[in-house]
Amino acid sequence: MMLIDCPWCGPREQLEFRCGGESHIQRPGPAEEISDETWGNYLFFRDNPKGVHFERWHHLGGCGLWFNVARDTVTHRIYAVYPMDAPKPAIGKD
Amino acid sequence: MSGTQPFRLGTGGSIDRSRPIRFTFEGRTLTGFAGDTLASALLANGVRLAGRSFKYHRPRGLVGAGVEESNVLVQLGEGARSTPNVQATQIPLYDGLVAKPVNCWPSSNFDIGGVNNLLSRFFSAGFYYKTFMWPTWHLYEGFIRRAAGLGKVSEQADPDRYESRFAHCDLLVVGAGPAGLAAARAAAASGARVILAEQDEAVGGALLWNQAEIDGKPGADWAQAAAAEIEAAPEARILLRTTVTGYHDHNSITMVERLNDEAVCAAEPAAARARGWVVRAKQVVLATGALERPLVFAGNDRPGVMLAGAVRHYLARYGVMAGRRAIVATNNDDAYRTAVALHDAGVEVAAVVDSRGAPGGSLAADLAARSIPHFAGGHIEETRGAKAVKAAFVRGADGQGRWIDCDLVAMSGGYNPTVHLFSQSAGKLRFDEALAAFVPDVSVQAERSAGACNGAYATAGAIAQGHEAGIAAAREAGFTASVKAPKAGVETAEAAIGPGWRETRAKGKAFVDFQNDVTVDDIALSARENFVSIEHLKRYTTLGMAPDQGKTSNVSALAIMAALTGRTIEETGHTRYRFPYTPQPFGVMAGRNRGDLHRPFRRMPCHAIHQALGATFEEYGGWLRPAYYGRAGETPHQAEQREALAVRQSVGIFEGSPLGKIEVKGPDASRFLDLFYANTMSTLKIGKVRYGLMLNEMGIVIDDGVAARLGEDHFLVGTTSGGADNIAAAMEEWLQCEWLDLQVTVSPVSTSWGVVTLSGPRARDVMRAAGTDVDLDGAVFPHMSFVNGRVAGIDARIFRVSYTGDTSYEINVPTRETAALWQKLTEAGKGLGLGMTPIGIDAWMLLRTEKGYLHIGADSDGTTNAIDLGWGHVLKKKVDFIGKRSLLREADQRPDRLQFVGLNIADGEPALPIGAHLVVDKDGREISEGYVTSSGYSPTLGKGVALGMVRGGRARKGEKVRIRTEQGLRDAVIADPGLFDLAGERLND
Repeated sequence: MMLIDCPWCGPREQLEFRCGGESHIQRPGPAEEISDETWGNYLFFRDNPKGVHFERWHHLGGCGLWFNVARDTVTHRIYAVYPMDAPKPAIGKD
Repeated sequence: MSGTQPFRLGTGGSIDRSRPIRFTFEGRTLTGFAGDTLASALLANGVRLAGRSFKYHRPRGLVGAGVEESNVLVQLGEGARSTPNVQATQIPLYDGLVAKPVNCWPSSNFDIGGVNNLLSRFFSAGFYYKTFMWPTWHLYEGFIRRAAGLGKVSEQADPDRYESRFAHCDLLVVGAGPAGLAAARAAAASGARVILAEQDEAVGGALLWNQAEIDGKPGADWAQAAAAEIEAAPEARILLRTTVTGYHDHNSITMVERLNDEAVCAAEPAAARARGWVVRAKQVVLATGALERPLVFAGNDRPGVMLAGAVRHYLARYGVMAGRRAIVATNNDDAYRTAVALHDAGVEVAAVVDSRGAPGGSLAADLAARSIPHFAGGHIEETRGAKAVKAAFVRGADGQGRWIDCDLVAMSGGYNPTVHLFSQSAGKLRFDEALAAFVPDVSVQAERSAGACNGAYATAGAIAQGHEAGIAAAREAGFTASVKAPKAGVETAEAAIGPGWRETRAKGKAFVDFQNDVTVDDIALSARENFVSIEHLKRYTTLGMAPDQGKTSNVSALAIMAALTGRTIEETGHTRYRFPYTPQPFGVMAGRNRGDLHRPFRRMPCHAIHQALGATFEEYGGWLRPAYYGRAGETPHQAEQREALAVRQSVGIFEGSPLGKIEVKGPDASRFLDLFYANTMSTLKIGKVRYGLMLNEMGIVIDDGVAARLGEDHFLVGTTSGGADNIAAAMEEWLQCEWLDLQVTVSPVSTSWGVVTLSGPRARDVMRAAGTDVDLDGAVFPHMSFVNGRVAGIDARIFRVSYTGDTSYEINVPTRETAALWQKLTEAGKGLGLGMTPIGIDAWMLLRTEKGYLHIGADSDGTTNAIDLGWGHVLKKKVDFIGKRSLLREADQRPDRLQFVGLNIADGEPALPIGAHLVVDKDGREISEGYVTSSGYSPTLGKGVALGMVRGGRARKGEKVRIRTEQGLRDAVIADPGLFDLAGERLND
């Protein structure tokens, strides 16, 4: 069970949170102008990296905040917690 | 000798000879002493044969003294409290203990399954997979599982109470041996919050049975003193009988603390059996010690063949001799200590057989001084004895072999550092050639290993490592420790360990994994059949898969596989150790979350009233709600019919408190709702109510309900009861993750408001009689409008909406006033001479089916989009909305999709069964073109009413179709949904 540092509440147990999957996904539009393929990519295609994954989490059992997390999918090390509208941070190899 | 315990020494050990304890093993009443384990008490009583093996049903006795015990698994207790597969070494003895061996019938002494041993050439690795293939494995599985298996799980609910705790600490130390005590003592002195978890009954670890001197005291005394120092520190604590079972992410640790034995729990219901801990530790020190390895020779599983360290353990701690004439077989120095201790306790040591040329230090001289025959460079080839070992065949360095009589073989193949938790933490191991064992290499989490689990077997080294680890861990947690390091006496320098396994040509089974009956031959077979990967070996032979998870067997197996395949042990690799370290009861994981507390029901504000009215409750989305209010002599169906008629003829009263209520406020509230609903909400006038559909991005309908506009920037969104939490969460997700520019706040207020609904032609009369400041005239407060007002003296939000098709008022009042509102409305109605019939969910669903109203999740499912429900017009909406792009796909608009329609049947006909399929013949076969989703018998219309999803249904209105039921085919006609009040006069009254 991970310890996640909610930007509002501070470090809390993983069981208070819900993972919302990969973050930084741009919703395409307007609906009438985009191809089925573009829409399909938006709906279903996700990265599945072995290593750093940028994902969004929701503090469901706490303050209700959504925020971004950069997490290593192998070690579960959390490199960064950052706001929804912030760009992906640069995560160096170490 | 001590009374009836023929193998008990007169003195020595930490047992209390003044407190005898009676227990029952396999029907025999025996006596041990306070401080015994079941295992030590059995040995003291001379019980050698104490179980049968898993597959071959071979006679087995104790091999170890702690968690490594792989032979004597017992069924502990009887009836509901009975626990299977408990290691006898892990059961502190208590008065009235009842246990029996697992896996033997009728008894361990005469076991019918022992025939498997004679047939054993058929039972080699992979035998089941190869043999029981025709026609299918499942034909044989039940029989095989009964024949080859361990204990039996009680089929009754576990009556014991289990607790859960959560804790934070700066440092968790695992294991209270010399290294763990030194670590915890150093860190505790710094003021850090320290938890020291020890699986045993006492602190000290190997100091409890090994001779050592620390700070001028005997090891066990030093351990007591160190524990006292730790307990005296204000932020430190020691948990005994607490096994760390799991090392999870981010230093989250799970532990099981055993609190009371079953006798205490049976006598005192409030006493908990065990407590499950989750600890979040800033730092962890692993001081988990080491486990001894068996030697691999033919017949190494006979009762009386034991680990040398365990033999010493029984002698020193429990005053129990494991035999009277011993042979010690070893490849390392440690077992010499057992030989000396046995001799000094009066046990005859017939031989010490060492596969190496010479031991270290003065060990050879120690033997000579005691006239113990010493076979340096020799080895044991096999043993004999029907139900216990009687002799061992020893071959000396000169090649000469001989049988030597004995009733005990104390064997040692060296030690494995207990790296299970380190491995669970994702740390990487390396194989240390000098120690011939895997040791921790690279840490991944905030953790360090100290002592024997880190390869430092000698007490002095373990203490030094532990002390250093405690200080370093405290420092990293932000504390400064300044405490003098304990000093242990220097032990004899040890000579290097020899190889643990050698090929011999002796016939008979040489066991590697005792618990799962895996032999050297099985590993060789696995190698021949090319299952050479260590993960394949494990699955093919089941090696290391028993309850002990290969604690004694894994490294020997690796060494054998490495030798067979010409690889090094490092290259052969190892399987990753898994949670839990030792078996743990399910009760520990469940804690108090069982029975009524597992998932507590939600009760509505008027629950007590419904009870008083005789409601039959059912669970709907976690809520307990009245399904119907049966009267004496009524069937559930009759109650439903009566209730539904009351609404149509007079008035019914219904509690709708679980309905979702979400306040949406802000300058962009209407823009947001246009995005969130498939239809338009921004054009709604203040005080008006509009029905809407909510979709996901796939265009699938996820919820429906009405939204009321309370002000320019303020909406009250209604959802289904089941959608209340999800829809509020979805709104937050869209606002926080996608439309961050919108200024909107979302407040779920579902449980702040209770809802009482009046429905029926007399609803308005009841409202007036109860007293309200709202003008109820249909022209002023028409259908689909909203008003704030007072009802029966209570401030209320009143929706004039309807789910029944009759005039309805949904009155929302603060939760605490809901019951009062129900009572006042009922009294007012009764004052008018009305029955004020309470309505259950059954009748409510029947009424909406008559009216043709959709019920999300009943009529629709996870494939139903807005167009399927006849909402294709939303695509004309100018602005975007969630799911719009998906609805634009050709596939979402195909005319042959399942569409929502009514299924009308002839007058007088009974209801169609829900789920019945609409069928057509195609190539002589019946195929489905849809199915009934809602159905009931309408007492108002005098026939069944039904709704369904039908392929291309909307274009087929008027078509006669056939519905397949268990009673045969029924006729129906596809129609628009709904049969009641088609003109809407009742609704708009």
